[in-house]
Amino acid sequence: MLSGITALELSALIKAGKMSVSEVVNTYLTLLEGLKNKNNTFLAVSGGNALVRAKDIERKINSGETLSPLAGVPIALKDNISTKELGTTCASKMLNGYLPVYNATVVERLDQAGMIIIGKLNMDEFAMGGSSETGAFGPVFNPWDISRVAGGSSGGSAAAVAGGEVPAALGSDTGGSIRQPCSFCGVTGIKPTYGAVSRYGLIAYASSLDQIGPIGRDINDCAALLSVISGPDEKDSTCIMEKPFCFHNTDAERLDGIKIGLPRNYLDGGIDQEVKNRVLEAAKELESAGAVFEEFEMPMMDYIVEAYYIIAGAEASSNLSRYDGLKYGYRSEKAKNLSEMYRLSRSEGFGLEVKRRIMLGSFVLSSGYYDAYYKKALQIRTLIKDTYDSLFQRFDMILSPVAPTAAYKLGANIDDPMKMYMGDIYTVSVNLAGLPAVSLPCGFDKKALPVGFQLIGDTFSEEKLINTARVYQCRTDYHKRVPEGGAAI
Amino acid sequence: MQIDEKLISYLEDLSCLALSEEEKVCLEGDLSKILSGMARLNEMNTENVPERSHPFDHVNAFREDEREASFDRELILKNAPECSGEMFIAPKTIE
Repeated sequence: MLSGITALELSALIKAGKMSVSEVVNTYLTLLEGLKNKNNTFLAVSGGNALVRAKDIERKINSGETLSPLAGVPIALKDNISTKELGTTCASKMLNGYLPVYNATVVERLDQAGMIIIGKLNMDEFAMGGSSETGAFGPVFNPWDISRVAGGSSGGSAAAVAGGEVPAALGSDTGGSIRQPCSFCGVTGIKPTYGAVSRYGLIAYASSLDQIGPIGRDINDCAALLSVISGPDEKDSTCIMEKPFCFHNTDAERLDGIKIGLPRNYLDGGIDQEVKNRVLEAAKELESAGAVFEEFEMPMMDYIVEAYYIIAGAEASSNLSRYDGLKYGYRSEKAKNLSEMYRLSRSEGFGLEVKRRIMLGSFVLSSGYYDAYYKKALQIRTLIKDTYDSLFQRFDMILSPVAPTAAYKLGANIDDPMKMYMGDIYTVSVNLAGLPAVSLPCGFDKKALPVGFQLIGDTFSEEKLINTARVYQCRTDYHKRVPEGGAAI
Repeated sequence: MQIDEKLISYLEDLSCLALSEEEKVCLEGDLSKILSGMARLNEMNTENVPERSHPFDHVNAFREDEREASFDRELILKNAPECSGEMFIAPKTIE
């Protein structure tokens, strides 16, 4: 009955009295128990607490209390979002057993909206990776083909929604970590404008790039969820929205007057031919809805990924210096003095990809190399931001692929970090410039693997992106497809 | 950019890490490759371009400076690998 159901459809069933909140939550918990985490999507499931909370929400709904359009709907969170009732590990041995003493602001907002958190989701360790293979608790399997990666770093979030294990999820996007797994798993996601959603309680990877965002079965679910989690927060001084988003569904069927830029050099060279075809078909679909396309050349293509990894590494090396084995997290048993405790705890607690990025960050910030690497990358960031500013003088939005390929085989890129990093070529500039983007399914390749595309907008243009995505999803049904063998409730 | 053993050892110190021999070999190769790619950035002329460390040029979103209760000490100490009463326990700092 609930297979492939959206969060808003589920909430409509609850409001119509066709299912109680407890029945909904119980159904999902029973499903998860039966699935035995076959895709390794969940790191923790909140059984008892979720059911108690379901009763509470049920009582509020029955007494007519106004909650939100998503009241009573279960949700699961990427395991870098702090929850005081559920351990938060960042998929790292370093934080195994760590129980935050506070909730992230987004968790408080989900609570106020009457949503029910049923678990925490697997990811790349500390969100560092593009395949959800670097975590300490094993890789996430793509529900469309379990021999393939789910994408990353929010791979658990995208795979859980795609597999029907949960109606909606939150992920975080530092360089494409919501959009790329959504593309690999055939689900919809939004990377909001930097500063639209509070980062309080999001365990930091690269603070000037990180942003929490929704993942759902369609754009309406994502829009509803983004309305819930966005808005000012006095606990995050970079959260610059004056009030939460309030999206109006215009029911528009046309995109007349919308001008979309298409970066022609994104579609040359290293992109898989079938991915390119699906993305161009998506552009055609929007064109037939009235949008006007114009091609342009995206400058600095050869430098974007490099600049991003320098900045992200630098910020990571600073952010992760807090893990010292003293106040929380893993402590080595071999250490005989304080200095050894720091070094050994970090060495035994972090995985190789995290160490690689910390070392890289230390290098680019070190004396003698700072100007050539870190300063240079910050200057290129300025040029990227200026480029986007001028592009949005010409276009309402930009359409591009999310990744050069569909989901690849597990283990295919894990030993070649540069190859893995280049997979982020279409996504990282969005984070460097702090822009919003939506990732939408646009078909399948010959191996029946999902392909996605993204729409990138100017700062705080989420409503325009969402309305365009709605028109696209009204005209296509790729977002309604579910993998064979996915969860059937 | 060639990364050698000496530089790896220096980066280990800066990063407060102690790599295994296997990790050292792996990261020596990886970082050489990654940093060679990154050195390409110097092809770009960025003379007079300001550095941008943040997406926006906005001022901070400030809050009122009001006194608030802090987190519960007992709860915080529960996450510590070793504690005693109100304190974190650390290994000896002086031999």
